[in-house]
Amino acid sequence: MSQSLISSSVATVAYLGAAILFILSLGGLSNPETSRRGNLYGVIGMALAVLATIVGPRVAAAGIPWIVGALVIGGSVGLYAAKTVKMTQMPELVALMHSLVGLAACLVGFASYVDTSVQYSGAEKAIHEVEIYVGILIGAVTFSGSLIAFGKLNGKIGGKPLLLPGRHWLNLLGLLVVVWFGREFVNAHDVQSGMTPLIVMTAIALLFGVHMVMAIGGADMPVVVSMLNSYSGWAAAATGFMLSNDLLIVTGALVGSSGAILSYIMCNAMNRNFISVIAGGFGSGAGKPAAKAEGEAAEPQGEVVPVSAAETAELLRDAKSVIIVPGYGMAVAQAQHTVNEITKHLREKGVNVRFGIHPVAGRMPGHMNVLLAEAKVPYDIVLEMDEINDDFPDTDVAMVIGANDIVNPAAQDDPTSPIAGMPVLEVWKARTSIVMKRSMASGYAGVDNPLFYKENNRMLFGDAKKMLDEVLVALKG
Amino acid sequence: MRIGVPREIFPGEKRVATVPDVVTKLVKLGFEVVVERGAGALADLSDEAYVEAGASVAASAADLWQASDIVFKVRAPTPEEVALMHEGQTLIGFLWPAQNPELMQLLSAKKVTALSIDALPRTLSRAQKMDALTSMAGVSGYRAVVEAANAFGRFFNGQITAAGKVPPAKVFIAGAGVAGLAAIGAAASLGAIVRANDTRAEVADQVVSLGGEFVKVDYEEEGSGGGGYAKVMSEGFQAAQREMYAKQAQECDIIITTALIPGKPAPKLITAAMVQSMKPGSVIVDMAAEQGGNCELTEPGKAVVKHGVTIVGYTDLASRMARQSSTLYGTNLFRLTEELCKTKDGVINVNMQDDAIRGLTVIKDGEITWPAPPLVVAPKPAPKPTAAVAEKKGGHGHSSSGPMPLKTLVMVFGLGALALWAIGAFAPAAFLGHFTVFVLACFIGYMVVWNVTPALHTPLMSVTNAISSIIAIGALVQILPPEAGSNGRPDQLIQWLAFAGIVLTAINMFGGFAVTRRMLDMFRK
Repeated sequence: MSQSLISSSVATVAYLGAAILFILSLGGLSNPETSRRGNLYGVIGMALAVLATIVGPRVAAAGIPWIVGALVIGGSVGLYAAKTVKMTQMPELVALMHSLVGLAACLVGFASYVDTSVQYSGAEKAIHEVEIYVGILIGAVTFSGSLIAFGKLNGKIGGKPLLLPGRHWLNLLGLLVVVWFGREFVNAHDVQSGMTPLIVMTAIALLFGVHMVMAIGGADMPVVVSMLNSYSGWAAAATGFMLSNDLLIVTGALVGSSGAILSYIMCNAMNRNFISVIAGGFGSGAGKPAAKAEGEAAEPQGEVVPVSAAETAELLRDAKSVIIVPGYGMAVAQAQHTVNEITKHLREKGVNVRFGIHPVAGRMPGHMNVLLAEAKVPYDIVLEMDEINDDFPDTDVAMVIGANDIVNPAAQDDPTSPIAGMPVLEVWKARTSIVMKRSMASGYAGVDNPLFYKENNRMLFGDAKKMLDEVLVALKG
Repeated sequence: MRIGVPREIFPGEKRVATVPDVVTKLVKLGFEVVVERGAGALADLSDEAYVEAGASVAASAADLWQASDIVFKVRAPTPEEVALMHEGQTLIGFLWPAQNPELMQLLSAKKVTALSIDALPRTLSRAQKMDALTSMAGVSGYRAVVEAANAFGRFFNGQITAAGKVPPAKVFIAGAGVAGLAAIGAAASLGAIVRANDTRAEVADQVVSLGGEFVKVDYEEEGSGGGGYAKVMSEGFQAAQREMYAKQAQECDIIITTALIPGKPAPKLITAAMVQSMKPGSVIVDMAAEQGGNCELTEPGKAVVKHGVTIVGYTDLASRMARQSSTLYGTNLFRLTEELCKTKDGVINVNMQDDAIRGLTVIKDGEITWPAPPLVVAPKPAPKPTAAVAEKKGGHGHSSSGPMPLKTLVMVFGLGALALWAIGAFAPAAFLGHFTVFVLACFIGYMVVWNVTPALHTPLMSVTNAISSIIAIGALVQILPPEAGSNGRPDQLIQWLAFAGIVLTAINMFGGFAVTRRMLDMFRK
């Protein structure tokens, strides 16, 4: 045993410093001005925590090469991914990273369980084992759930919810089995006999994670991604309990509550409660037979008026104020740069161009903001729904790019609509609204959109990127 | 089926129910079109043009009525024309069933089907493309300004010429319905100062949007009578309105009146005294002349000069622009035909289940079906739901939600206390220390994250994700702790597990911070 550089007390103080830096890091994100510094705090905090651990009393000197090797391998993969990822792929990347945290939590849990060097007894043993059990459980759910979310966001797995018959009962059954094996696990006398329940539980947890995310529709993805974010935090916290490490607990709790709040905000933005999102089934016609039957009366009436790119350019040119409402369609078509070009052109001409962002636009919280920022749209003209909704009546043109449910007036007008009560951007109050869409297909919520039939609405059909390019050419010409 | 278009025989009527452009479209829908010789002549549409578009020409009215399955008319048919009809025929035109009960009886006796384009339920937005009343009113409104300009001896726009300054004409338009709005637009584009008034306050914006100025009556009352029409106003309002008109009459050079109340004689807005008070050379165009006129001195169908003021009471303003109004009317009828012939096979189906068609159909196979039952108008959803939504507005979550009701609060605290007591009673001290840290950290996280601006939610997620790789610490302390080798610890296994854990979290750690940085660098003013 070699003498460590710093004592365990110094390591604890370093952890405290790291925890404070993490809190400051999150606090920094309250404003784009301070956010870069916030990120730096996070980096410093992490470096401090890792260094203090490596040189601290819990790691023997011989372990350092292993650690450095692992950090170099993982670090280079991570940096490479961060460099090459496209901004439209951010949701996938985040989901994938959540799965890594989940998997790491599982591995640490297993390692901790097979570690016989520290002996516990009585209530301490029971608590320690419950901690391991819960830690692995959360880790496994996070891991498999995030992988499925990654697949869905990536398009490798269809966005439609998979609804097994009696899925709530399946989940309940899984839970009961997990609890029963938990009892077995805690009662086990040695590592060997405890391993079987642990592995069975892990398998069930993995299946549960898969099942849970499979049942959730594409439009609910922002909730899922932020929920998995929260889980990865709880997994870290559980690991902290397992290893009696306060830094892990604090950090895990910070991340966990942050993810939980995001999920809550996203749910609010869709006027749905958390349980019903997690219970799944939204985002497909099949999931809503009752609403469909009642909804017949509310068939939208009127005519869809298509326009050409040239006419759109004409409308934009004549407008004094324009609000652009982007949605997932803009991300899919990678149209953000063209949007910025159009914005720049119009602003040079003295048109007041602003952006209205719905909290659940896109596939993860803040998705649209990141895309627009990437295209160098100045963030002070990118406004939240609540900030801009009152301005639509004074707006000449509201341009909706690849969004549907978030601009659906049925949410306000039609109490039988499945999205009734969801706050929406009131684009129909603008003098003219232009909706860019590939076709008349309904959005992820599977709800027809009366906006398209409104008298002052125009439809510009086609791929958002291609159409916007044409609009830009027409504007400049 | 064959669509017949006879020549209009009403004296002075120059319009025709279809134009060559529309004939082409009707033929595409699968119909044959027959036009009576000279049907479009007064609207400058030659028989040759119709033939070129795919129609055939019938030599006489009798031939045409005989040969057609469907007849497009503008004016209601005369009894002579009805005599030419045969059973099973369909007639479409302005029939005005309320004003023409005898015609209804005659048509009914002939066992025909009749669609009266004026009976269209105008509140259906789907019906707007067929709304011939609107298109005719638009033409009339425009023409009213042209007639006024014709009778008016001055420029509309103000000019400063070498020969002196010319003040702009002041035009006052009473009633801002379709015709009134068209008149506002036309007069404003000629350069006049345009004022307008309507009992329905909601049209003020439309007036302004067309370049007019909305003149209010100094009296509070809402005049919307449903279906976009005006209603009869109270005595007090009418007095205030008269006062306003009297004032406008003295100030303005041109007055165009369009005020109509459905099923009632036109309101007398402009009294003889007001006419007298106008400047000599002023013009009044009374678009309500057919319903008795808005001006007391109007003589329907004529332009007269009284007290030095020209009062134009033409009842055929739309017909005076026959080419334009025929084109619009023809298109309206074509849209109606499309609705009747959804199958595009040249056979019409008068579907009484369809709200728009049900409204139009005044006689079905000889049976009088007029008036149609009132439409179940979709309840005006605007005010209530917005109120409900407004309540929810004001940002997300904690900033807006008021304090919890006391009962819930007590309950939450009670449950919390119970849970804490349970933990305190059974858990060992070491656990409690960690538990304290955990709960406090949750609260800190809660407070901090609420301050994050929604625009940065994605960076927030990626940074928290990077931070959650703090789990690396767990793996780090396992890889080779001082206790390694004691107590039969499976060092190799743990080392590899921990190694894998570190690799995974390192991806996260480096990748997460790097991508967050990349994103945040993009947020620029």
